[in-house]
Amino acid sequence: MTQQIAIDPITRIEGHAKITIQLDDQGIVRDARLHITQFRGFEKLCEGRRFGEMPALTARICGICPVSHLIASAKACDALLAVRIPETAEKLRRIFNLAQLVQSHALSFFHLSSPDFLLGMDADPAARNIVGVIQANPQLARDGIRLRQFGQQIIEWLAGKRIHPSWVVPGGVAQPLSADKREQMLAGIPEAIDITQRALQWFRGVLHQFSEEIQTFANFPTLFLGLVTETGALEHYDGVLRVVDSAGNVIADRINPDDYQDFIGEAVEPWTYLKFPYYKPIGYPEGIYRVGPLARLNLASRCGTPLADEAWAEFRTLERGAVLSSFHYHYARLIEILYGLERIQQLLNEPDILSTNVQAVAGPNRTEGIGVAEAPRGTLIHHYRIDKDGLVTWANLIIATGHNNLAMNRGILQAAKHFVKGEQIQEGMLNRVEAVIRCFDPCLSCSTHAVGQMPLHVQLLSHDGRVLDEARR
Amino acid sequence: MNQPVRVKTLKIDDRDVSGREDETILEVARQNGIFIPTLCHLDGLTSIGACRLCLVEVKGVSRLLPACVTRVEEGMEVYTQSERLQKYRRMTLELLFSERNHICSVCVVNGHCELQSLAQTLGMTHVGVPYRFPRLPVDASHERFVVDHNRCILCTRCVRVCDEIEGAHTWDVMGRGIDSRVITDLSEPWGDSETCTSCGKCVNVCPTGALFEKGKPVADRLKKRQFLPYLTMMREERR
Repeated sequence: MTQQIAIDPITRIEGHAKITIQLDDQGIVRDARLHITQFRGFEKLCEGRRFGEMPALTARICGICPVSHLIASAKACDALLAVRIPETAEKLRRIFNLAQLVQSHALSFFHLSSPDFLLGMDADPAARNIVGVIQANPQLARDGIRLRQFGQQIIEWLAGKRIHPSWVVPGGVAQPLSADKREQMLAGIPEAIDITQRALQWFRGVLHQFSEEIQTFANFPTLFLGLVTETGALEHYDGVLRVVDSAGNVIADRINPDDYQDFIGEAVEPWTYLKFPYYKPIGYPEGIYRVGPLARLNLASRCGTPLADEAWAEFRTLERGAVLSSFHYHYARLIEILYGLERIQQLLNEPDILSTNVQAVAGPNRTEGIGVAEAPRGTLIHHYRIDKDGLVTWANLIIATGHNNLAMNRGILQAAKHFVKGEQIQEGMLNRVEAVIRCFDPCLSCSTHAVGQMPLHVQLLSHDGRVLDEARR
Repeated sequence: MNQPVRVKTLKIDDRDVSGREDETILEVARQNGIFIPTLCHLDGLTSIGACRLCLVEVKGVSRLLPACVTRVEEGMEVYTQSERLQKYRRMTLELLFSERNHICSVCVVNGHCELQSLAQTLGMTHVGVPYRFPRLPVDASHERFVVDHNRCILCTRCVRVCDEIEGAHTWDVMGRGIDSRVITDLSEPWGDSETCTSCGKCVNVCPTGALFEKGKPVADRLKKRQFLPYLTMMREERR
């Protein structure tokens, strides 16, 4: 008989999903799937619009990471204009993108995931949230809120508003940075770095309590993919694509992002609207790879800023070769926040950062443009084709969470095999399976470009397809 | 010898006001700081009473009258803010919004749009009729300008400014009823128009994001209309 377990507190991921766990006739977990159940069709509705509207249009895919879409889209538009944007504009876009990284990672780590680290995976779900964190460790909660606010504040200082600003435009940015805003940003950085250092120290201290989760949360060999600089350092705005294997060996390097289609294929499964990108030279589904903070720290040969480099070196000693446990996405996020803050500081101190030459003006000069950047969750690809008047005829978007789809599915299976016992869904198990997903900080509304509310819904299915148990949030 | 100007006295919203006999209710109301919403009307262009937003009640007349084309008369009692009028104005706006694809959040004039700001001013919170979601083209063939039919409300300001001020008459209206559409020349791509002088007046008088200049980011397009009263004045002086 089916039993419905109602769990009131909402789930802590961006967007919602359904998980099914399939048991065999012995009652042992055989398969587990993450279903993304809705569809939005952004690529289609962009057709016929002017390419100059694409940054604003695609930014509406997501309210958490509009900045990432603005950046990738504007880069694709730069390619259509066939211009090199002014150096100051590039630096300002970099600051914008890193501020987004800081605020999004802070949201993921402090607001969404820290309740698990602080209160434990088996804690009462009613308390296992940011309010619970405020009660148990007010300093940590305050730090998280402050850090996210700082990232958002930089976005607002640059672009005029925090959500869906229209400041990034094809050819550069709409407004230069003013001297007083620059001072305000610089003044806030030391505090933000202190907060991040404090969080890193605290997180390293609690890591040992989660050895079981570290071993079972999507901890398996995969490839890692993402941008690095020409010299192999951590990169979020431009650069070249690199792929490393689970031993940490570089298997493809200096890939021009324009050639992404030679390396990334997209498979479709009938039970989910989220596609499965895979590494083409290896094929589907063996060409499983991960993107995002963990991947970026595995790919890079260094970060390029002093404090982040120190933290990165310590991080890479966690495992030999690449760090494989997806639990360490959280750790990687903190290091990237540190990097982001240091890098913003460096960029703000560049002599030409206040230059008013921030936009290259041109009409459409090419009919095809590709923009690739690193969003907080991983590599984001915007690819447009336009007609001679500049109207979009075709668009393809590959979003970070999509890249991780294969790994998330396999990660759920791994965790389910370890934690699911019997025909009933236990709260701790539910939270752990969900926490696997949370490691990837997936943005499901982004990755399916999907609309509406998709509550997390877990079903435990017997070998003949009967629903043994289910739980909803 | 000039005819003496006759002055009419009337009441608007119970206020005693006066106006020249050749003035409209709208002009007299605006001179007296009384707000009447308009969309198709623009000072300097011929009024056509098409959008129906300026409808007012006149005591003793059973139907509603468009203020922009109704002359003032002696002893008139005009009401501009009754419940009924507000309801109709909101309904008119709702119909405009439902007729085409007005997606403010990604529109090029978001924040500078007359349709959008009227909806806010008049308290239009919902659209009570189903949206039609028509499939309409965007014509970006002109070197500098774009016409996006999704955002057009058929106010015909572009048609009038092109005809009356620029004298080119590039713009006109094609089709009937719900299928009406503004066209350039004989419904040719704007970029192929032989009559268009690329003066940009149509773009600047357009109340929405239907006509806009290429190259500027979304929500950054301010319409510049200062030219219109000057041009109108110059033309009148020459006549």
